[in-house]
Amino acid sequence: MWPSKFDYVRAGSVDEALASAADGGKFLAGGHSLLPAMKLRLDAPEQLIDIGRIPELQSISANGGLTIGAAATHDAIATSADVQAMCGALASACGQVGDQGVRNFGTLGGNIAHADPASDPPTVLVAVGANVNIQGADGARSVGAEDFFLGLFETALDDGELITSVSVPDVSDHQSAYIKFPHPASRYAIVGVCVALKMDGAVCDHAHVAVGGATLRAVRCAGAEAALAGTTLDDAAVNAAAEAVKSDIAEDLIGDIAYPEAYRQQMAGVFLKRAIAAAQG
Amino acid sequence: MQVTITVNGVDQVRDVDPRTLLVHFLREELDLTGTKIGCDTSQCGACTVHLDGKVLKSCTLLAVQADGAAITTIEGLAENGEHHPMQTAFWENHGLQCGYCTPGMIMASAAFVRDNPGASEGEIRHYLEGNICRCTGYHNIVKAVKQVADAAAGA
Repeated sequence: MWPSKFDYVRAGSVDEALASAADGGKFLAGGHSLLPAMKLRLDAPEQLIDIGRIPELQSISANGGLTIGAAATHDAIATSADVQAMCGALASACGQVGDQGVRNFGTLGGNIAHADPASDPPTVLVAVGANVNIQGADGARSVGAEDFFLGLFETALDDGELITSVSVPDVSDHQSAYIKFPHPASRYAIVGVCVALKMDGAVCDHAHVAVGGATLRAVRCAGAEAALAGTTLDDAAVNAAAEAVKSDIAEDLIGDIAYPEAYRQQMAGVFLKRAIAAAQG
Repeated sequence: MQVTITVNGVDQVRDVDPRTLLVHFLREELDLTGTKIGCDTSQCGACTVHLDGKVLKSCTLLAVQADGAAITTIEGLAENGEHHPMQTAFWENHGLQCGYCTPGMIMASAAFVRDNPGASEGEIRHYLEGNICRCTGYHNIVKAVKQVADAAAGA
């Protein structure tokens, strides 16, 4: 399938990319979300601005926290020693996107700009409180991941704005995991759960919990977090969190004929338990 | 737009419509029809090639994105008239039936074993999630890849 016709511009810098964006169109990094959408005529931008060769957008740096360039590939993130050390759940989630061929070229910035509800990395970014760094003609701004994902394929990005990087806090002092229930054919998340647990001895000081796949967008789960905080993560606490998470996501549930809303809601509780066990493992 | 793409060691200079996918460039501009189009949605892996040594689904990259890169297709895998060990192993283990997925399977597997000599059967099966075969049930494909992985670990 050929995409619709478009003009192609290769940007050498972020400034060049933003200048080109004044003429409309979309940014192209790896293209592994955008090109499939264009081939299906779900999108038909008149111009593609290729940001895939801008070095600063590809870097992954660790300095108190992680700064991941928007054009860093899923494979680069999954195999980065810094990401594995500071936010193991993100390395794990990026390592579960698509397959090796997709991970070699698909990028984090493209992934979150696309905002597929069944994608893996957004769930981790929302759980750990990452920030999306955005640049536009009027300057730079930073948006919390929770406020970045607005709905189905919908984000807080305005026209002409470019994601430059994602700032991820160092949660190496937490026990974290991302666990998903993959669709048996597509491997997209039917349900994906990320937890990050800050333990103080045997007691959970606080917990970060987010759910994706089952929901329109990755959802931070305050009820489940409250159910875990201050407990020893015993069966009663984990069961309470698995019940609470169902309420946390109730407003945002999605479903289809094979995996309806009520089933995904139930599975969110099941996979929360598995994620807690994996994080402690 | 003019692009220069090194395909199987030869620089290919062409003027392409920007919307040309790499797989179209290979098949239609260069007549390298070993690379197949299967699902055309980056799921099945029939179009798998190597870009600068990395496994790529060539239906999901524009030819202009590959400008300046080195591409290896199934036609370029043999060296000095000798099949690549992965090609030989697919032959010896009959890792195919209809053959449509085979170029992609071999390209993906060759890169995998290069990076993971001694890979286990489980690792091979997991890795091949990006390449779909509708004939064989995968058993002989996995046997072929395992044969090369074992040999690479012993070397």
